[in-house]
Amino acid sequence: MKTQQTVKKFIIKGMINGIVLKSDMPINFLSLIDVKTGIIKDPSSNLFQKSIKNVILVFPHAIGSSVGAYSIYSLKSNNKLPSAMLCKNADLIVSSGCALANIPLATIYDNKYEELQTGDEIMIS
Amino acid sequence: MELTKYEQDALDGNHGDALEIAYRILVAVGEATDATKLIPIQWAHVSGVNYNTIGNAGAKFLSEFSETAKTRVMTTLNPTGYDIDQLQNSDIDENFIHEQDNINNSYVKMGVTPSFSCIPYDIYKIPNSGTQVAFAESNAAIHANSVDHLKTNKESAFSALASAITGKSIYSNIRNDDFDSPEISVKCQLDIQNELECGILGYYVGQTSKKIVDIDGSFNMNEIETKSLCGGIGASGQCVKYTINNSKPGTEKINFDKNDFGNVYDKLNTSDDGDLIAFGSPQLGMIELLQMSNMLKNKKFTKPCMIFCPRMVKNQANVLGFANKLKRAGCEIFSDCCMCFTPLLTKKNLDSVITNSVKGSYYLNTKNKLHTNLKPLKQIINENTTNR
Repeated sequence: MKTQQTVKKFIIKGMINGIVLKSDMPINFLSLIDVKTGIIKDPSSNLFQKSIKNVILVFPHAIGSSVGAYSIYSLKSNNKLPSAMLCKNADLIVSSGCALANIPLATIYDNKYEELQTGDEIMIS
Repeated sequence: MELTKYEQDALDGNHGDALEIAYRILVAVGEATDATKLIPIQWAHVSGVNYNTIGNAGAKFLSEFSETAKTRVMTTLNPTGYDIDQLQNSDIDENFIHEQDNINNSYVKMGVTPSFSCIPYDIYKIPNSGTQVAFAESNAAIHANSVDHLKTNKESAFSALASAITGKSIYSNIRNDDFDSPEISVKCQLDIQNELECGILGYYVGQTSKKIVDIDGSFNMNEIETKSLCGGIGASGQCVKYTINNSKPGTEKINFDKNDFGNVYDKLNTSDDGDLIAFGSPQLGMIELLQMSNMLKNKKFTKPCMIFCPRMVKNQANVLGFANKLKRAGCEIFSDCCMCFTPLLTKKNLDSVITNSVKGSYYLNTKNKLHTNLKPLKQIINENTTNR
């Protein structure tokens, strides 16, 4: 059943409506995701071999290379972009990548991050 | 975030496409960091150069962006994909070279200095203490804040580019002295002895997910060890500044002990040996080339050895004779590029790489899909050279 959720802050505004894919680990967008396929390629990730296309990607925060912003933009060009991103802390990598790719981005409270699970259908407006 | 009338006009598209995009990026990163306004910067250092990392989408974006974008402040550039002087001996394909040339040209067209280096702090004069800059390369941002007394966010490739084009960056907490205190203190319970151990400590510090981290311990890190620390911190987390023995009363404390060291080492050391030796992530500076040339006196590597450094450093090493000494020891010196993302190190011709770089090891494992054997420089030389 689809549930209405609240966010801490919208960074890039827009309708968030879809199915959650939740990463237990921080995401290094440069090395974790194959931008051509949208598939998670790091075997140590709980999302290994899963596609992020059209899901609401939920994760704690981004880590690593500043070039991760280009990876988010490349996902858009390859039509493999998530429909939205929710994270506990939005840094400059994620926010600038989402701004240029033009997808909704919001931060969520720690307890909301813990509650949300892969497969949940949620809506945020 | 409060914008001036000019900034709002630019965001609304009244000053051209490039500035509209640049201000859209700055507003987004401002919202993400709760910044209150934009402030002038004096120097931007931009990442997102290597075709291996930004791909066709990035190359196309830069080509279109450069049609109207012009830098407003001194802007330097991260490493590119290869050393143009060494192309004749490589098997880099024509498409890569063509696309990389286009990327390089787009940056030059915008007015960016093609420094192709991830260690701007090693090759350019550092501005006065407290100067606001915008550095995207993570090790450079951490070095700038922690060692060089500059002020920068850990910029993204896009936010640094936006700062280069606007001459402004977001006024986030890291730029404000009133909020410039460590959020956590890492008590180092080990006797850190070399550059590799500094890199591993840095990786652990980065994993704390805090922006400002104090490291509590008895240290006297030299320049080389400090670079390694910054590289490790930058690879693993969100930390943008470290302090040494500067925690305040009430600061959260965690330990860094033998087990923590082992956990990081075991994660990054994925091979017992290697087909090739690589040094230079972050790129090596003059002091490291001098150190290596002294350590390699009358020795020769038994395996191929690649050294990555800025062109400025390579040219100086040629003039001063270090380069010849290193070449006689079997080293091949590459400028303009870095070990992490170059197509010179791929699964096609290698299985594993010996290195002393924690940052290099992280990206060789995760991006290039190569195994790595982590050892300090001294041990690598002892185990992999013969007398000449």
